[in-house]
Amino acid sequence: MKSPVFKAAAALLVGAALLAPAAEAQQPKHGGTLRFVMKYEPPTLSALNNTSTPTTSAKVWDGLVTYDADLKPLPMLATSWSLSPDGLQYTFSLREGVTFHDGKPFTSADVAFSILRLKAGHPRGRGTFANVTEVKTPDAKTAVIVLSKPSPYLMVALGPSESPIVPKHVFESFDVATPPGPPQHIGTGPFVLKEWVRGSHAVLDRNPNYWDKPKPYLDRVIVRFMPDAAARAAAFEAGDLDLGGLAPVPLSDMERYKNHPRLAVDTRSFAYTGAQNQIFFNLDTPILKEKKVREAIAHALDLQAIVDTVFYGYAKVSPSPISVALSTWYDPAVQPRKFDVNIANKLLDEAGHPRAANGMRFPLRLLFNPFIDARLAEFVRQSLRRVGIDATTQNLEFGAYVKGVYTDRAFDLTIESLTNVFDPTVGVQRGYWSKNFRVGLPFSNSAHYENPEVDRLLEAAAVEVDPAKRKELFSQFQRIVHADVPSVDLVSPLEVIIANKKIRNYARGAEGLGDNFSDVHFVD
Amino acid sequence: MLENRRLLRVLRRTVLQAVPTILGIIILNFLLLKLAPGDAADVMAGEFGAATEETMAMLRQRFGLDVPVLQQLLAYLSNLAQFSLGQSPRYGVPVSELIGQRLPSTLMLMVMALAIAFGLGIALGTAMALTAGRWPDRVLSLVSLFFYSVPGFWIGLMLIVLFSVKLNWLPSGGQETIGAGLTGLDYALDRLKHMILPATSLALFYVAIYGRLTRAAVLEVSSQDYVRTAAAKGLPPLAITLRHVIRNALLPVTTLAGIHLGGILGGAVVIETVYSWPGLGRLAFESVTRRDFNVLLGVLLLSSFLVIIANTLVDLLHAWLDPRVEVR
Repeated sequence: MKSPVFKAAAALLVGAALLAPAAEAQQPKHGGTLRFVMKYEPPTLSALNNTSTPTTSAKVWDGLVTYDADLKPLPMLATSWSLSPDGLQYTFSLREGVTFHDGKPFTSADVAFSILRLKAGHPRGRGTFANVTEVKTPDAKTAVIVLSKPSPYLMVALGPSESPIVPKHVFESFDVATPPGPPQHIGTGPFVLKEWVRGSHAVLDRNPNYWDKPKPYLDRVIVRFMPDAAARAAAFEAGDLDLGGLAPVPLSDMERYKNHPRLAVDTRSFAYTGAQNQIFFNLDTPILKEKKVREAIAHALDLQAIVDTVFYGYAKVSPSPISVALSTWYDPAVQPRKFDVNIANKLLDEAGHPRAANGMRFPLRLLFNPFIDARLAEFVRQSLRRVGIDATTQNLEFGAYVKGVYTDRAFDLTIESLTNVFDPTVGVQRGYWSKNFRVGLPFSNSAHYENPEVDRLLEAAAVEVDPAKRKELFSQFQRIVHADVPSVDLVSPLEVIIANKKIRNYARGAEGLGDNFSDVHFVD
Repeated sequence: MLENRRLLRVLRRTVLQAVPTILGIIILNFLLLKLAPGDAADVMAGEFGAATEETMAMLRQRFGLDVPVLQQLLAYLSNLAQFSLGQSPRYGVPVSELIGQRLPSTLMLMVMALAIAFGLGIALGTAMALTAGRWPDRVLSLVSLFFYSVPGFWIGLMLIVLFSVKLNWLPSGGQETIGAGLTGLDYALDRLKHMILPATSLALFYVAIYGRLTRAAVLEVSSQDYVRTAAAKGLPPLAITLRHVIRNALLPVTTLAGIHLGGILGGAVVIETVYSWPGLGRLAFESVTRRDFNVLLGVLLLSSFLVIIANTLVDLLHAWLDPRVEVR
């Protein structure tokens, strides 16, 4: 086999492989239409007062900064920034020569307006920007965010998909809470909204005046809204779609796309989403007040089996209240409780819940967020039955689910998808902070978990400017919560993307498909 | 002259009957919808994934959900009295605008589906009746039984797999080639191409029904005296079938078609979902899950109008098909 000819051929092949990316990197090709699919149609394409639309918003509106995969800020509308030593003033130098889609120049007044509007109307912005007292604009190209308390998470909350910078002259007279319609879709972003046919699609055309020349490379992005998984699968197969995220086709079908001639499966986790699935215990249920019962339930669940069977491998075991997707803050010392039915049985016996004649110890009501695959609920139900807990699942649609858990509190266990977003203070604290036990408020502290030490750690971490000290606070938080078991953290689902093999750079940084697509191009 | 007056009388009576019917539909629907757990604010706050109590209160106030149910109903009715369907708080646009965008798509799909169901069903039924008991009848009976028993979404998916994925003849979904900027005849053809598969999927169930119905009616009519008379006076078989048999056999089919109109609107939800068709059915379905009740009530109201109008049309069609039928 190892003839000189073979070696030469191998060398040539390796050479070609090395050359190919280099040639590609030279100058991306201009032109082409990207057909992007979303599962649900958001009420507005803007993220200004709605958090269900990060992917569309980022194409039309830029943020002050964007992020690499590790959440390191990169310049966008701001070219540089600095933080005062006391952590109370962020100063941003803004990019010169940027105009909005309507031709008006972008200035610091727009930044000041946007930050305050996000504070007033963005569902998460009310929390993220709560400490913002004012935004100073010493000149047209400088904006200073002034805080009453340090907010270490602020710098990761300024991406285009989370905090769009909107034109003051358009939104000044526009209601804070009304979803922006097409006339308000004016930003500085790489794409301009051309049409939006509700229930069908939106067409975004290339912004020829985009500041980051020669980008964007694409002529057009078509966003299609297709609620049916089978329809999306068919459209991918028929060549009618190029890109879709959040597992656009059922995971059970994914195998077919792995060896597809035209399509590729791309699995990653993005720090900006911080995907996490967990079980919350209702600590108001008498039987669940007993820690041994909660520990027994944790021991009864095989997390790796959940990854392998329910998620077909498209998830990572994520045993801590802070998702493994947030690698900066996740504490690897927190490991899953050992999967062992015997330990679980023993703990339940010790807690004084012997099996009755039918083999069952006690019943529990198990709910699950309908955006989670029902098979996860089925898995948990069967695991609990194995140790004698007679769990009954109820399949509720979203409105009924939210009311059932957060208003009526008519549950014992609920499988939630409390994503960690981009920072634990923003995404994790809400589930464990005793002051956020608020009946009627979706995605609050559903367990009714109260631990003064946890409260203290969370509150300290929220204002700690030193990253190392903050990490230590979050580590302590994770260890205490893991020991207290108000929740069993399960897995972090991967973002499963299906993409045409000929497109490049659709998810460059931490924001995943919330990328602005300015760098997306087709290759031959 | 007399004919016109009679028609006017019919219209007046239809309107008089429609008003209490529609009022009943609105009130009943409104109260039923209020029974659903959770409201629009719950759903929106849930979708946000993060909200504060102030956000919730603001949403409820903006949606008009912070007042008692009866007051909400009265507010809705008073809106209606001013010919306004209200606003969709979720989208922030008037309900009439949302419905106006979707109505043409749904109507086209419905008309096309009904046309296919009617045309194909009657042809199939006549063919079955004319070959009653022989193999073409048996085969067609089997086919229509198949159409009758398989669910619409499955047929839809199978048609997509065959005609879009495998053969690549027709588009897999949507109602036009997005962003192609076609005009005139090209545009019309493009729309037609997109409509073939969804309309067929929607129609096949009704093809089966109309086929069976036509078969039975044609068999019955064929044994009537006037058919024998027509044959006796030497009319060719085709003329007998078309002029004397089918025309009479159509009566039960048209009656049923009027009733089916509501059913087709309902079936459209599934087909619109499978084919990503931006129609009323999906709008209604999504409004339910999002508790966007203004939109839903608007759609229901419009659907009841459509059914009432269709039934009036069927009455008139009856009178035309059979001169003996008095327009009631």
